Amino acid sequence: MATAGNKTIIEIRNLHKYFGDVQALRGVDLNVERGKVVVIVGPSGSGKSTLLRCINHLEVETAGEVWVDGKRLSEKNKDINSIRAEIGMVFQLFNLFPHLTVLDNIVLAQRVVRGRKKDEAVRIAHEQLERVGISEKAENFPNQLSGGQQQRVAIARALAMNPKIMLFDEPTSALDPEMIKEVLDVMLALAKEGMTMVCVTHEMGFARAAADELIFMDDGLIIEAGPPAEIFKNPKHERTKLFLSQILSH
Amino acid sequence: MTHSTGIEPTLPDSRTSAPRSKTLQERIDEFPWWVGGIFIIAIGAFHLVTTQTSFGEALNFIRIGIGITITTTLYAYSIALVIGLVAGLGRISRNVVVRNLATLYVELIRGIPILVLIFYIALVAVPDSLGIFKTAGAWLTSVGLGFIGQPLAAIDNDSISLNVRAIIALSVTYGAFLAEIFRAGIQSIGKGQMEAARSLGMSYGQAMRYVILPQAIRNVLPALGNDFVAMVKDSSLVSVLAVRDITQVARLYAGRTFRFREAYTILAILYLGMTLILSILVRVLERRLHGDSRK
Repeated sequence: MATAGNKTIIEIRNLHKYFGDVQALRGVDLNVERGKVVVIVGPSGSGKSTLLRCINHLEVETAGEVWVDGKRLSEKNKDINSIRAEIGMVFQLFNLFPHLTVLDNIVLAQRVVRGRKKDEAVRIAHEQLERVGISEKAENFPNQLSGGQQQRVAIARALAMNPKIMLFDEPTSALDPEMIKEVLDVMLALAKEGMTMVCVTHEMGFARAAADELIFMDDGLIIEAGPPAEIFKNPKHERTKLFLSQILSH
Repeated sequence: MTHSTGIEPTLPDSRTSAPRSKTLQERIDEFPWWVGGIFIIAIGAFHLVTTQTSFGEALNFIRIGIGITITTTLYAYSIALVIGLVAGLGRISRNVVVRNLATLYVELIRGIPILVLIFYIALVAVPDSLGIFKTAGAWLTSVGLGFIGQPLAAIDNDSISLNVRAIIALSVTYGAFLAEIFRAGIQSIGKGQMEAARSLGMSYGQAMRYVILPQAIRNVLPALGNDFVAMVKDSSLVSVLAVRDITQVARLYAGRTFRFREAYTILAILYLGMTLILSILVRVLERRLHGDSRK
């Protein structure tokens, strides 16, 4: 199957995913163009995280196809590590490496995956820390940082690999309210710079400000997709209306 | 506090009053009396050895075995660490064959008494594998690979000493115990660590080596230390192979002089001394790691 032109960087066709007997995804199609920001929302258990994790093959699809930058992801693809190196991922619980300093967290994959020299990797790590605004914490260990700082380090760690795509899996859900903004600011800046982003989040303010496309998922399916302003103003499906009214009411 | 205002003395200072609040009963309950017991045993032992010539002689004779006990344990433990790491990784491998082979090894070893394993490995498994080497060596020579085949076939039963067999037996046995420690250590690291490493493009092996194992090994260091102490004690079992460790030397001494009391008292105290020193080292290590992680 050919990808639909060079503009498309992520192409998902009829994606199904089972966890045992539970069907998490039941036929999802999705195209993401280069430089676009896609925000996925939906109630818990709707399959949005599963969809995101299929894009870098942390979950293996039961049926259907996932293409990233013209390459098909599959179990037999020996190239999966080099494909993943082009896809940055930010997790809900940060998943920093606790035995390494902030700097070494960012240096490690650059060296062992990208094969960069130490000097170069350290220089890039410092650049990325500056970009997320915590260059002074380079020598600290992750557990000495606040949640918001840890998440920004996690973003810097992903960016240091010069990924073509960034995936965000509820990056602010585990944060105290006062720390959410510092992470969203970094994400907004990234979106403005033209990074291709797919974000699972409940931050509707971020969706409104940054998303080119808002996707509403429920029960393993994409129910509705379109520009966020349109969906917020005029949701077409009952389930979207219900979800938005619940999440926007407080 | 450098200067007081006159009000302060009436206020209870929480820093100084906290230890004072401990009652006598609590102190009696919490005091490590057993250390005192150890201390008395140590003094008693010193007294015996210095004042009674028969105990002094026994010590002089038996301490010859300390070197063998220590080297046997060190060699066996080092090899067991390698076997344990490989088998531990095998236990959690996604490869069905590897996983089942590793599990079979662990279950087999853990189901047989160590004493029986030592007999079996040293006196059955090693000679049998030598027979296999011999056949393989002869075959390799016959197909023109004499440079490998001849030395392989030349290894005969006598060229592997009982000391070496004892080390092999202890390594294979403890490899299974350590495998379970490594497996538990690896599984104690959250799934997110592996996912984060893989999402950065690392292979499974790279993620293990740079992310999972450094954390896992740190978590299981106390358990590894405990098993090292246990192995010091279990190394006494190699005396059944006539390896001259302290247990064997003590048996020889007792058999020759009929001074059972002297021989086995000294033997027990030597083991106690070694294990106590090692236990303290393990505890220090544990405390240092604990301190580090809070830093």
